Amino acid sequence: MKSIENDKNHIIPYRTFLYVLAVLIALTLTSVTLTQISLGTLTVAIALIIAAVKSSFVLRIFMHLKFENKMFSRAVIGVILLLCAVITITLLDYLNR
Amino acid sequence: MSTVAAAHRDDLASKTGMWLFLFTEMLLFGGLFIVYSVYRYINPVAFHLAAKELSVFIGTINTVILLVSSSTIAMSITALQKKNKKLSLLFLGITILLGLAFLVNKYFEWGEHIREHIYPGSPVLALRGHGDVLFYGLYFFMTGLHALHIIVGLVFIIIIAVAIIKTRINSEDYVLLENSGLYWHLVDLIWIFLFPLFYLIT
Repeated sequence: MKSIENDKNHIIPYRTFLYVLAVLIALTLTSVTLTQISLGTLTVAIALIIAAVKSSFVLRIFMHLKFENKMFSRAVIGVILLLCAVITITLLDYLNR
Repeated sequence: MSTVAAAHRDDLASKTGMWLFLFTEMLLFGGLFIVYSVYRYINPVAFHLAAKELSVFIGTINTVILLVSSSTIAMSITALQKKNKKLSLLFLGITILLGLAFLVNKYFEWGEHIREHIYPGSPVLALRGHGDVLFYGLYFFMTGLHALHIIVGLVFIIIIAVAIIKTRINSEDYVLLENSGLYWHLVDLIWIFLFPLFYLIT
C-alpha cells in the first residue's frame, strides 16, 4: 500500500472496476429483495447499512480514495462524522420531545 | 535559471478544490436527509403509504444505470492513462448515454405522478393531507435537485470529452477528467441513499 500511496499516476485495472460494479449491483438487488420482505424496523437498518457499504466501495475504488493521498480519506471521514453528529443530535431532540 | 519554468500546475490542489466542493454538496443533501427523517418521524403513516406508490422497479433500474455509468467513467480514466484516447472517449460516451437514460426514466416516472395530479401545489394532493404533501414535496425536491446534478454532470463530461478530442486533456494531464469523474460519482453516491429512503423503506 505504501508504495502506491503517493503515486498520482497509479493505474487501476479495468477488471477492478468491473468486480466492484458486480458487487454494487448484487448489493442493490439484495437491498431490494430484503426490504420487500416485511422485517419491521429492521428494514430501515438493513437498507441504510447496505447503502453505507455501497458508498464505501464507490468512495474507495471509483473515487480512488484508497490510492490517493491520505489527506482526502481523512477529510471525507471528518465530513461523514460531522453529518452523523448533526443527524444524531437533531433526532435526539425530536425523539425526546 | 537556464530552463524556462513550465506553466504552473498542481494536480493535488486541483483535486483538493474539487473535494472541498463535494463536501458542500454532501452537507447540502445531508441537510435534506435530516428534514426527511424528521418529517417521516412526525408523519409515519402518511410516509409509509405514500412511499408504497413509488415504482421500486424504475428505481432499481435507475440505480443500476447510475452504478454502471460510474464504472464507465472510472474506466475512462484508466483508458486515458494507458494512452488509449478512443477507448477513453467511448467510455465517456457510454456514461453520457446512461445519464440521459436515467433522465428519460425520471421523465416517465414524474409524468406518471403528474398525470395522477400529484405534484407540489396540487389541490388533489392537498386533499390527501399534510403528510402526503410533505412526502411528495420532499420527493420532487430531492429527486429534482439530484436530476439537476445529473444534468450539470453531463454538461461537465461533454466539456471534458471535447477537451480530450482536442488533446487539451491527455495521458500526461488529466486531472480535469478525474474531477469530472469525482463529481459524477458523488451524484451516484447521493442516489445510493435517495433510492432506499424513498423507494425501499415503506
